[in-house]
Amino acid sequence: MIAYGLRRLASAIPTLFVIITLAFFMMRAAPGGPFDSQRKLTPEVERNIKAAYDLDKPLWRQYVIYLGKVAHGDLGPSYKNQDFTVVQLIGTGLPVSALIGILAMTLALLVGTTLGTLAALHQNRWPDYSVMTAAILGITIPSFVTAPILTLLLGIYAGLLPVGGWNGGAWRNILLPVAVLSLPQIAIVARMIRGSMVEVLHANYIRTARAKGLSTRRIVLGHALRAAILPLISYLAPALAAVLTGSLIVEQIFGLPGIGRYFVQGALNRDYTLVLGVVICYATLIIFLNFLADMLLAFLDPRARLK
Amino acid sequence: MIVTGQTLKSSEEIKGRSLWVDARRRLFHNRAALTGMIVLGLVALLAVLAPLLSPYPYNEVNYDLIACAPGWWPIEAACRAPGHIFGTDAVGRDLFVRVLFGARVSLAVGLVATLVSLVIGVLYGAIAGYLGGRIDGLMMRIVDVLYSLPFIFFVIILMVMFDRNFILLFVAIGAVEWLTMARIVRGQTLSIKQKEFIEAARAAGVGPLGIITRHVIPNVVGPVMVYVTLTVPGVILMESFLSFLGLGIQEPLTSWGVLISDGADQMETAPWLLLFPALFMVVTLFCFNFIGDGMRDALDPKDR
Repeated sequence: MIAYGLRRLASAIPTLFVIITLAFFMMRAAPGGPFDSQRKLTPEVERNIKAAYDLDKPLWRQYVIYLGKVAHGDLGPSYKNQDFTVVQLIGTGLPVSALIGILAMTLALLVGTTLGTLAALHQNRWPDYSVMTAAILGITIPSFVTAPILTLLLGIYAGLLPVGGWNGGAWRNILLPVAVLSLPQIAIVARMIRGSMVEVLHANYIRTARAKGLSTRRIVLGHALRAAILPLISYLAPALAAVLTGSLIVEQIFGLPGIGRYFVQGALNRDYTLVLGVVICYATLIIFLNFLADMLLAFLDPRARLK
Repeated sequence: MIVTGQTLKSSEEIKGRSLWVDARRRLFHNRAALTGMIVLGLVALLAVLAPLLSPYPYNEVNYDLIACAPGWWPIEAACRAPGHIFGTDAVGRDLFVRVLFGARVSLAVGLVATLVSLVIGVLYGAIAGYLGGRIDGLMMRIVDVLYSLPFIFFVIILMVMFDRNFILLFVAIGAVEWLTMARIVRGQTLSIKQKEFIEAARAAGVGPLGIITRHVIPNVVGPVMVYVTLTVPGVILMESFLSFLGLGIQEPLTSWGVLISDGADQMETAPWLLLFPALFMVVTLFCFNFIGDGMRDALDPKDR
């Protein structure tokens, strides 16, 4: 188990390195610099700015300097938000994104598992059909369609919820973003749990449990759910990646000050350091949580360790 | 066994049912898939015929009809444009023709990017699977590393780098989507290369490249086709996602993502600008998913 963990960890670090390298050189290959503006700067000013940000050095020097800084947890100053460093910006944005993301994941797992179990218990009857139809809708309709339409219906026509904004994280403000972010995941989780649950419910040990007179409730909660939940754990990592990607859209639409919005704004403004910083932050998160999911799976299912 | 001339002749007249004939029959008996194909065909036809179907060009601005509701719109609206069946947008362009031109871009991106991913993925997977051993291990290790990259971010950086180049959008998305294809093809190739007909080809002196292109690839067409129909909607989604963020197609050209994004900005006053493009896109995505599911059932009956 420990050997497996170390092996997984050893392969995570090169991946992170590849990501940083790729992102760095891709950003630098982009035409147009961060200081191209309508107003032409005098050559002296331009030279001073470039010197201040190390942009006058050869590319490989810049890369080495950057790697050294990243290793010390310094992602450099933001080119566009001049009074802030990238770490500061990420520091203010990350809690917002994390809150939305964690709430959406929790909601997806709880609601998805419940709906999937219900569908499996009533296989080929109306609860099953309605859950599966809703799941197809949830999987197919993208978040950039559900977000404005839900806002239109609940925010504008019904006037129940605010249309956007963060408002210090008030629950009325984060309800819609969390719902939009979790809908596709609820659908996928429900489908997955229904599939594995149907299979598990046909297993011999469930028949035994029925034969000794246990209630359906105890069979599901005490016996079936444990086994049925396994495929969900290997889905955690892709789900997380999907939630992160979705947060780009959701933060943009609802005007939430998270790192997804910083990333999009940074990309549009060519704020190299900010974009790089956010990519590194996301990549670290994904790799770390992938690692956790793998370890959890290896802990629960010894077969996974052999792969 | 002795076969007489007569039985041989009669058996010639009976047409064999190939895997493909069987699969097609099953596909056409699947009601959801059939509906999907018909609706998708209609959308594609509308997209192709777009300039003929509307009296308005897709980029004609009309400042007298700014964000006007269609004539039949049931809710009260500030202004109405009876000639425009989907209404007009913020600079008075006809929304119907713009939705159809958006369909052109979205479908084209979907098909071309899928084709790119198909070519790269099938070749890469077939080569890795056929050669096996250390080369296979290395090639699949590269795929594993690429898999763990947060790709959408790289596509975004690429789009920023090359100033939202239209062709590059195809290539960037295609280059992202080939990974799963490569995995599927490799898995299939590993089992196919154990079969006798491959051994026969090798014994007959066919080289590795010949075996891969003539004998391996034709036998992985089934699973690949299923995955292709599921890739197209994924690609359309990704393009719309980028366009929605302002990183995709540029004005005056349009795509469903751009239209939905514009519509979302003005949905309080002009909800039709959001609803029509969203409806077209969602219906198209449904069609592809139904066709994909139908194909899987048709080509892989043991799953049912």
